Amino acid sequence: MVFFAGIGGLPRWTPFLDALASTHRVIAPSLPGFPGSADFRHLDEYYEWIVAALELLEATGEDSVDLVASSVAGPLAAEVAGIARSRIRRLVLIAPFGIYDAADPTADIWAQRPGPDVLPTLLCSNADQWKRQWEMPAGEDPVEWGLHLTRSMEAAARFLFPMGNTGIEKRLYRVRQPTLLVRGADDRVMPASYQSRFAARLGGPVVTQTIANAGHLVELDQATELARQINAFFVDQQY
Amino acid sequence: MKNLWFHLMPYKDLPDDFRETHPSVWVDIDSNLLDGKRVHEHYHEYLDELEYAGEVGFDGVCCNEHHQNGYGLMPSPNLIAAALTRRTNAPMICVMGNSLALYNPPTRVAEEFAMLDCMSGGRLIAGFPVGTPMDTVFAYSQNPSKLRDRYLEAHDIVMKAWTTRETFSFNGRYNQLRYVNVWPRPVQKPHPPIWIPGGGSVETWQWCAEMDYVYCYLSYFGYKAGEATMKGFWEEMRRLGKDRNPYRAGFLQFVGVAETREEAYRLYKEPAEYFYGRCLHVDPKFASPAGYQSEATIRARVQSQVAQAAAQARLAASAGGSVRTWDEIVDAGYVIIGSPDEVAEKLREVCVNLNVGHLMLLLQYGNMNHDLVRYNTKLYADRVLPQIRDLFDAEWEDRWWPKPLEHRAVPRAVA
Repeated sequence: MVFFAGIGGLPRWTPFLDALASTHRVIAPSLPGFPGSADFRHLDEYYEWIVAALELLEATGEDSVDLVASSVAGPLAAEVAGIARSRIRRLVLIAPFGIYDAADPTADIWAQRPGPDVLPTLLCSNADQWKRQWEMPAGEDPVEWGLHLTRSMEAAARFLFPMGNTGIEKRLYRVRQPTLLVRGADDRVMPASYQSRFAARLGGPVVTQTIANAGHLVELDQATELARQINAFFVDQQY
Repeated sequence: MKNLWFHLMPYKDLPDDFRETHPSVWVDIDSNLLDGKRVHEHYHEYLDELEYAGEVGFDGVCCNEHHQNGYGLMPSPNLIAAALTRRTNAPMICVMGNSLALYNPPTRVAEEFAMLDCMSGGRLIAGFPVGTPMDTVFAYSQNPSKLRDRYLEAHDIVMKAWTTRETFSFNGRYNQLRYVNVWPRPVQKPHPPIWIPGGGSVETWQWCAEMDYVYCYLSYFGYKAGEATMKGFWEEMRRLGKDRNPYRAGFLQFVGVAETREEAYRLYKEPAEYFYGRCLHVDPKFASPAGYQSEATIRARVQSQVAQAAAQARLAASAGGSVRTWDEIVDAGYVIIGSPDEVAEKLREVCVNLNVGHLMLLLQYGNMNHDLVRYNTKLYADRVLPQIRDLFDAEWEDRWWPKPLEHRAVPRAVA
């Protein structure tokens, strides 16, 4: 199983990955610009980001994987699923970006007031989950640690700015793999209507789930429950 | 030295409780506050003021570009500059400037600036700002991660369009243009002087030095707050082996002149408090989108934040909070006020200390009324300007000043 993290990426291994790893071998490669990755500013076009995501899958050495992707990584995972079908068995998208509805807009993740609680409160139902994820390790340079987050926000902007609309709605019909769409009931970034829009346009079997006491980054707020839902979906969608 | 009269063109009818009842003066400012009739009056009043500044002897007049902004009614400074080419004949026209990454294709800037240079008879100073995040990233939805690269590429296109005689193709990262051959070309050869407004980024200083452009520090916070930036700029010039020609630099300063300091204190209180209280009320969520600042600048800023924090703490302790009341504004040096002699002495000291040869003056700010603007402008021109005009000229040449046509066409009176 491969996991593409959402906003902020993975500054450290997380309880969610542990929960998945109790039943699967989990590989969590970093998208370009996200913590642990190489440079990203050579990637100009959205297409180049899709290729970069595909190359990460190729680098795992696996012919075929289950792919879980959250938030800003969601559209890249769905695009790869649509153009390289044999590489992805089943797809899990957690509050994926990729569409925009002016009548029901997403929060502007790039226009946030400064302050220690602003982003944690926007992204998680329980802000402490985000703060734990981003707690600076001892001995780390605070400037460089802060730049991990800034850089990952910039990387996401590079292919999603200004509104996260990648035009993916026109191509979702190509995704024929069984897909689980998950959202947090308390998501303050992505309105609930986006899940149904995604579900209506996907080309294969779709299961939708809403998880209680979870914000936009469900994998931080409800790691165990999300892993349980993913496993249940896989049982139902056996290959 | 050169004295340039700068207009921001603020909307003058923001309500008294604007800070309390509105989140921002910029980007998503409430359009219900706008009255088209008042804007019509503003434009003519403001053009009158710019023309008047040229008449009474200022070396140049300046306009600039802001979008969706309650203190800057000039989304297109080129329109204002075009009007000025007809009703002024002496002062240089400094467009400060066109945010290059916002124009598609960027040859539009090459064309419009060339038109202005021709219309004005070679009086144009071409300003190329990157633009604030509010203007570029939010009002114009430019990608913050690509903005600077786009800006630099657009700059290359404009310069090549002005200096290449043959039609050429531009095969860039962001712009592919098959036939570039702008008509007209600027009157000034090889091109109008280039001035770069910037914040305190080291990369901008280095780029200005490399390209031999003027660096302009356009802060609203006066000479005290600007000192660290300008000293940093000159230190970088020294490190790069550049001379200390003060005409490499421009600096913006608010000024209020009257017969006495007490009179100036009385006259300029309301417009200054309007500007610093209402016009700078910007929602902080627009201030710093990821990618707008380079990582090198972030690292440098954080390092110098220690010094900044200490200075701000002192200021806050003495002012009892944010600097918005008139006494705080004056004490912090945001606005220099006084009699003509006092202002001249202070500006001389500031320009020598900051080593700035191009002084850009805000003599209209906030809701200042037209009569007071004229009074401030005339007093400055008659009794301040003569006392500081000679500064630097015995020692340094201004290589970044326009070279107008000697014989310029004069608009004929309407029959």
